[in-house]
Amino acid sequence: MLKYLIEKEFKQIFRNPFMKRMIILFPLMILLFLPLASNFEIKNINLVVVDNDHSSYSRQLIGKITSSGYFILTEVSPNYKRALKAVELDRADVLLEIPFAFEKNLVKEKKSDLMLSINAVNGTKGAFGSSYLSSIIRDFSSHVAMEWLSVSVSDQTPSFHIKTQFRFNPHMKYPVFMVPALMVMLMTIICGFLPALNIVGEKEKGTLEQMNVTPVKKFNFILSKLIPYWVSGFIVLTIGFLIARIVYKLIPAGNILTIYAFSSVFILGISGFGLVISNYGKTLQQAMFMIFFFIITFIFLSGLYTPVTSMPDWAQTISIFIPLKYMIEVLRMVYLKGSSFPDLISQFIALIGFALFFNGWAVFSYRKVN
Amino acid sequence: MKQFFIFVKKEFYHIFRDTWTMIILLLLPILLLVLFGYALSTEVRNTEVAVLDHSKDAATERIISLLDMSDYFDVIYFLDSPEEIHQIFSDESPGLVIVFSEDFYDNIVHTGEAAIQLLLDGTDPNTAVNISNYATTIIMGYQQELLEIFSAPFQIKITPRFLYNPEMRSSYNFVPGVMGMILMLVCAMMTSVSIAREKETGTMEILLVSPMKPLMIIFSKVVPYFFLSCINLVTILLLAVFLLDVPIVGSLVTLIVISLIYIFVSLALGLLISSVASTQIVALLISGMALMMPVMYLSGMMFPIENMPVFLQFVSNLIPATWYISAAKKIMIKGLGFSSIIRETIVLSIMAVVLISISFKKFKIRLE
Amino acid sequence: MSVVQTEQLTKKFGHFTAVDHISFEVGKGEIFGFLGANGAGKTTAMRMLCGLSKPTSGKGIVSGYDIHKDTEKIKRNIGYMSQKFSLYEDLTVRENIRLYAGIYGIKEKEIAPGTDLLLEELGFLKEKNTLVKSLPLGWKQKLSFSVAIFHNPGIVFLDEPTGGVDPSTRRQFWELIYKAADQGITVFVTTHYMDEAEYCNRVSIMVDGRIEALDSPANLRKNYECDSMDGVFHQLARKAKRQAD
Repeated sequence: MLKYLIEKEFKQIFRNPFMKRMIILFPLMILLFLPLASNFEIKNINLVVVDNDHSSYSRQLIGKITSSGYFILTEVSPNYKRALKAVELDRADVLLEIPFAFEKNLVKEKKSDLMLSINAVNGTKGAFGSSYLSSIIRDFSSHVAMEWLSVSVSDQTPSFHIKTQFRFNPHMKYPVFMVPALMVMLMTIICGFLPALNIVGEKEKGTLEQMNVTPVKKFNFILSKLIPYWVSGFIVLTIGFLIARIVYKLIPAGNILTIYAFSSVFILGISGFGLVISNYGKTLQQAMFMIFFFIITFIFLSGLYTPVTSMPDWAQTISIFIPLKYMIEVLRMVYLKGSSFPDLISQFIALIGFALFFNGWAVFSYRKVN
Repeated sequence: MKQFFIFVKKEFYHIFRDTWTMIILLLLPILLLVLFGYALSTEVRNTEVAVLDHSKDAATERIISLLDMSDYFDVIYFLDSPEEIHQIFSDESPGLVIVFSEDFYDNIVHTGEAAIQLLLDGTDPNTAVNISNYATTIIMGYQQELLEIFSAPFQIKITPRFLYNPEMRSSYNFVPGVMGMILMLVCAMMTSVSIAREKETGTMEILLVSPMKPLMIIFSKVVPYFFLSCINLVTILLLAVFLLDVPIVGSLVTLIVISLIYIFVSLALGLLISSVASTQIVALLISGMALMMPVMYLSGMMFPIENMPVFLQFVSNLIPATWYISAAKKIMIKGLGFSSIIRETIVLSIMAVVLISISFKKFKIRLE
Repeated sequence: MSVVQTEQLTKKFGHFTAVDHISFEVGKGEIFGFLGANGAGKTTAMRMLCGLSKPTSGKGIVSGYDIHKDTEKIKRNIGYMSQKFSLYEDLTVRENIRLYAGIYGIKEKEIAPGTDLLLEELGFLKEKNTLVKSLPLGWKQKLSFSVAIFHNPGIVFLDEPTGGVDPSTRRQFWELIYKAADQGITVFVTTHYMDEAEYCNRVSIMVDGRIEALDSPANLRKNYECDSMDGVFHQLARKAKRQAD
């Protein structure tokens, strides 16, 4: 009996042109374009300089800053007011003002001042712009020292080097971080929310009632609704792996089968959640809005974009209850750190917990509503 | 005219009588503001640090304590050998492992060969870079201390002034973005779903049979969402100012004017979507996914546009939210006047006119 | 042997009594009309008989199975056609038949020939692969009915099956009902078309949850001194206290 129901579901999905687009095109667009956009890196900081000194040192300083690679000199302004306009209109992020007698002061009194005005609307960018610039300027003063003192710098200026190394992602590729997480988001939508919309749609049309009269057991009916979406979920997951490998050259450090295994549990849980929604949503519009509300909350609090550890405590507490958080951890850890099942036991338990909880709730809420 | 108001009233009833519609309209903006204002942050706090100190002298001690004293780092683990580094990354996942070379202080003073190695978990590049930057800044603070102790010559003092956002709060950056997203969401999604639903349930036909001009019917559907968007705008501004302490430095009037133009653009988008969507689900999926995703990712709301590949930057310029958010930031945060947002105003106005004409045309065709 | 038997069947929703202690019997092969105004309780009563809703009190037996305990068995042995239709618009005629045939346990190899036979009888074999949504309303109704009895149930329940079509199409529909009844299938049909009431063997009229009249149309017309079932209905309905839902 189940076979006939599943046949029907697949046929309906294939006949619906929009569904096909959702399941194939949408994931493709998400996985291909979004990782390219999602980059918080601070680079290409636009710099406007007001050089009141016009000395060789001021020119050297400017040269040093621009050759650092972090800053792009967008303009050299005659006065502060004009330069500020550039910052106001977003043509520049940082304004450097070199005062009159900069070189003279440096040579005679061995110190000088510089004024920095930073567009701090994007606070992070502002902070880093400031700190990058500070280190470049510090470097510059060491060079000046070298020139004038003709002594080895290390004799006069105590210093040390800092070397930075990024593990697990040595080339610091941002898609590495985003692609696994996006796959989880797609699975959530396809296996959790689309079936919920499907069921509520049938409720609204009345065809659900028809099923109730037939000998079809409720369990079989639900199963027949979920299976096509589960299959789609796995297909999308596989497509995700392929795109990750082909487009982003991401090769999982760990075992892909681990991911498939965890995905099964995750999908079970998330479709349970979808079923809960389908029980409470009396109309399609209600269900849609509920889903939208939860997608937003889940996506943002799950650590997809910003790490959970950066969130305030109350947000971290809420994130404990979001299944996506654990699945995203699993994907990232398997892909990037090569973690295997024993490392991921706590996530596994959490996901099983969700599966039991949501499906139990689905059964409970169904009984109540009917 | 009276008929028009009756229709508008009907639309309001639809909205107010449905709990979840009200939730989306009123609670979602608050949810998003809270999320973005408080929860989402690229800042780094309480990062766990592991230290492998080959010198254990005054310098390393000082640096370690500088790190630990800051809000950003908690120095927790102390390693004994390089072999332990790999283990600590897989077991405890500290954000940073810091390694000091031998005879650190001696080398600093005499040879300049002293080295600090920062090892970061690069899984999340954004966070890793942030951590690296914060750590470097703090460590360079020690460098500054050394310079002052040794009164090294040639010090260039830098006085930074942080404009517009002296406390560097990330909410300043996000709130205009959330405004853009909410207004787009309410207008486009709600309007398109509402019209698609009338089409799907067939009640649209009933309306069309009435003596009201078809375009007036469409208009009557749009009007309630226009008002609700205005209410949302006011709510968000109030919350931003009083809850998140985001100021409105510039002219409120200018802000409202540009917001109204943006609302028109979003409503027109909603109309356009409903004219191509045959069912509610389709309307929701198009406005929710196909519209929301680009707005979130490409409008500069979360990720800086200048980091994106060129073709995505091009797409970003096609999104109304991009222009609105840029204008809102200038007025709200930078306190600039109308002259600074002339470009944005022109672009948004053109978009509004174009979209409204296209959707009206499409509707005329369909309804006749 | 009666196919349907109820005794003091009652359904309450809180303080509201939708179905108020109704008792009646329907025999095999009978065409039984279940009439009443909207809100009189017909649909609620029928849902209990189909195993869709649990009675608050009273007894009911359908096809030999208890409506309290054996709802699963009842579902296997009845057919059902609802006013909102039963066919999936985005599946073809053939696919719909296949689905329901499979659900009701007809063997795989019997489905295809059975489908062709059914469609030939109805006269739209060439629409076998047409999407149901493209069919005219009258055809959909006839098809729904045929699908409902495809598995030869003992009784078929029809909930306002002929809404929205012209009288001649409704007549054609009733031809199918007669044919089914001749084959021994009991037909339990709710309707508010009074002319259709005339087509039934016996008719019951529900008012405010109770059965106010139950007899053949001819007897009812005689007893209430009316020319038509319409008149009978109006006499009884005037007593009604409940408004339509």
